[in-house]
Amino acid sequence: MLRAISATFLTLLLSVCASRAQEPDPGDWTALLAQAKGETVYFHAWGGEPRINAYIGWVGDEVAKRYGITLKQVKVDDTANVVSRVLAEKAAGQTTKGSVDLVWINGENFAAMKARGLLLKDGWADKLPNWKYVDVAGKPTVTKDFTVPTDGLEAPWGMAQLVFMYDTARTSKPPRSMAALLDWARDHPGRFTYPQPPDFHGSTFLKQALYELAPDPARLLSPASDEDFETVTGPLFAYLDKLHPLMWRSGRAFPQNSSAMRQRLADNETDIAFTFNPAGASNAIANGELPDTVRTYVLDGGTIGNTHFVAIPFNATAPAGAMVVADFLMSPEAQARKQDPDVWGDPTVLDVDRLPAADKARFDELDLGIATLDPQDLGETLPEPHPSWIPKLEQAWATRYGIE
Amino acid sequence: MKTTNAGPGIALRLAPALTVAVLILPVVAGVAGVALPAFGYLPALGGDTFSLDPWRALMAMPGLRQSVSLSFTSALVTAFCSFALVQLFVAAWSGTRVFSLMQRALSPLLSVPHAAAAFALAFLFAPSGWIMRLLSPWATGFDRPPDVLVIHDPAGLAMMAGLIAKETPFLFLMTLAALPQLPVLRLGQVTSSFGYGRLAGFFKVILPLLYPQIRLPILAVIAYASSVVDVAMILGPTRPAPLAVQLTRWMSDPDLSLRFTACAGAMLQLGVTAAAIACWLAGERIVVATGRRWLTGGRRLARDGAARLAVAIMTFTLVCAMALGLVVLVLWSVSGFWPFPDALPPTMTLQSWVRALPQAANSILTTLWLGLAAVAAALVLTMACLEREVRTQQKPARSALGLVYVPLLVPQVAFLFGLQFLLLTAGIGTNAAALAFAHFLFVLPYVFLSLGEPWRAWDPRYGRVAASFGAHPSRIFWRIRLPMLSGAVLTAATVGFAVSVGQYLPTLLIGGGRFSTITTEAVALASGGNRRLISVYALLQTALPFAGFALALAIPAILFRNRRAMRTGA
Repeated sequence: MLRAISATFLTLLLSVCASRAQEPDPGDWTALLAQAKGETVYFHAWGGEPRINAYIGWVGDEVAKRYGITLKQVKVDDTANVVSRVLAEKAAGQTTKGSVDLVWINGENFAAMKARGLLLKDGWADKLPNWKYVDVAGKPTVTKDFTVPTDGLEAPWGMAQLVFMYDTARTSKPPRSMAALLDWARDHPGRFTYPQPPDFHGSTFLKQALYELAPDPARLLSPASDEDFETVTGPLFAYLDKLHPLMWRSGRAFPQNSSAMRQRLADNETDIAFTFNPAGASNAIANGELPDTVRTYVLDGGTIGNTHFVAIPFNATAPAGAMVVADFLMSPEAQARKQDPDVWGDPTVLDVDRLPAADKARFDELDLGIATLDPQDLGETLPEPHPSWIPKLEQAWATRYGIE
Repeated sequence: MKTTNAGPGIALRLAPALTVAVLILPVVAGVAGVALPAFGYLPALGGDTFSLDPWRALMAMPGLRQSVSLSFTSALVTAFCSFALVQLFVAAWSGTRVFSLMQRALSPLLSVPHAAAAFALAFLFAPSGWIMRLLSPWATGFDRPPDVLVIHDPAGLAMMAGLIAKETPFLFLMTLAALPQLPVLRLGQVTSSFGYGRLAGFFKVILPLLYPQIRLPILAVIAYASSVVDVAMILGPTRPAPLAVQLTRWMSDPDLSLRFTACAGAMLQLGVTAAAIACWLAGERIVVATGRRWLTGGRRLARDGAARLAVAIMTFTLVCAMALGLVVLVLWSVSGFWPFPDALPPTMTLQSWVRALPQAANSILTTLWLGLAAVAAALVLTMACLEREVRTQQKPARSALGLVYVPLLVPQVAFLFGLQFLLLTAGIGTNAAALAFAHFLFVLPYVFLSLGEPWRAWDPRYGRVAASFGAHPSRIFWRIRLPMLSGAVLTAATVGFAVSVGQYLPTLLIGGGRFSTITTEAVALASGGNRRLISVYALLQTALPFAGFALALAIPAILFRNRRAMRTGA
């Protein structure tokens, strides 16, 4: 009898221990791999670009082969819907077995998820084996996402920098500063536009202009406040007051997102567009979305750059598998393949110079595509302003220009 | 369904109550799930107490008044124009070859999803669109597109045009379903023998009889147009956008505190939709009150040839625009880079199709079983309700019947978030059944809408004859009523299936991303803005319901190849 009781007790104890061990620990990589084996990882990622979807498909094949993980991409049109999903699960008290295991994210969405406790509690990304190659010193945005410390809650996946596109068949000297853009627009009325804020690219245009026009650009790195908002942004809105009448549709209508803006360039309705993917123009040419005479350029004072990440929600069903996938995404092999413009063309988060020779060679072999600038030609990278500027800028924009 | 002549079985008797329960509970719960945050209560976001702050924040949103009035007016204008066009066309041309031509054009038009139609129209009529490309530079002199505001115009005319183009076929279908119950031909002969023109005769005698039967579909159009998101984003004004677009943006803003504002906005949207419907109903009263004198005034308006021609031209223009839109979709799906002002793509390739099809295969399967499951459930419930009505010969109260349409009248955005929350709280989570149920919610009203009238119009004398030979009600149902109404059942199933295919938000929110349909794929890919892929998926989205409509026509033709009267009936 006593034996039976102690056996039961032991089993209970063991099962408690076992459930403890369920919490994945990236510090013990072998155990983590064992735990991840056989898991299905639902990766919620923007699905608007077939190349990227195909790349994620390749990642799925590889992690299946190497780690026995089934990766399923959930194609979403807007990451905010994923945030909504996790939020609804939290609100409904679903603290385990959530529907999202891994999410492609950055910036405001990350800040929101972090602040609301919607992410895995303990930092994990900086404990992954491939973290050692990440260019923390050279690319400060891999640990500061829109100035918000990542604290290991998301693993860097790729780099982005704002580049402008123009068609060399129509435009010989594109304007390389905000001041030059205004002059150029005077000579070419109706040929420039930007997506309507709060679209992400539209708000980015405001931030980019603010860097050039604000009295003290360094102010943008700390949280916005009502006290000096007018002072900081006054010149920006004075500038937009002058620019809008010279824009496409005289500033009476705006494209709704960056792809609509790029389409205006393709349709010869405008002459300039911009994108966060330095290889975006080359990709679009290969897809037949832009003429092959399109090239990219950056502004003289530098352009905003940031990093995009993958994060794991607090209630993920397969956090171990998600970590293994995140680590594979950071591996030199996966990163080099991702940077290949025939695959995707997304710049690496790794410090290529520190890689083992064989891995370094993978990067050196890459031909970046006809419209893609070499990394050294991308100029200075400006950090994203503190996320608190975005809602204020968007609100001010809507108040001034949001009503016909 | 073992029943005796004493009355319908318990399953049938409970059917209406069951139907209303499965429809209304989720909607009520869903709306409550939005109403609570609208008044500040959402503990997951730190809202522990009730307050009016979300409403204050909503009222402070720039351009709110304009957004609201846009939603309100575009709903009424869309409904009125579609309604007027359909009635004018039926009045002017029913029973002619022009009419049967239009009937044939109907199913392809109905099959095009709203967003695809909006995209196609945008590409037709934009300053850099196909029409301009066809005319440039030889006729217009333009070698670059003119900088004029056509799409996204502040008054919302482009958006309303897009909505009218899609809602007119829908109302036409609903009118077609209702017409056979009226002695249109005989009434027409009577009015013309009194010397009335075709149009006058129709509007004075037939429309008053017809209108009650198409009233609900009209209200559904008002509700839809007042809360539409995708068409409004593609064609609608942007400074500001209509209310539904605005609140969808707030709902997906990274700043989560905006969710409260969005929920208040959703409640306001509910109010705007209700106000638009109320306004239409008030309009009905006014027409009734002032129309009597016109009805009995005796003016014959016999010379309406020009008016009839004008109606035909308007309808023809609309059909042509949609048809050209489909051609444009096909062209884009095979085009390489297509610069302005080339009339046709200089390079054509099947690449987009070759790449998309293997990926799409899985989504098509999911779309199929999901749609079929939702439609099957909806058909069973609808037929059970209607059967009960026929067997007990009790007309359910109008208000009870109206409840079936609640999911159509309440804007989706106003209750989906709440419904998702409800399912999660109930621990139902993301499974196929929950998703099929969500689709069913939207499918059922349409199935009811298209099956109800034909069912009630079925001549009860057939049943009486069968009963006099000793047939049980269930035998009458299986051997006589169902076969005779099979055409109507199939049409209803197809309409329901088309509705299921088009669902995006429910599939994403309730399915938790576990289930990808052709529409979720299409919307995700559309966010990348590649016109070739958008076109490929739009055509795939169109193909599925179209195949359904084709089957709905073909099956009775095959089934009843030996029974001439059955082929033309229903």
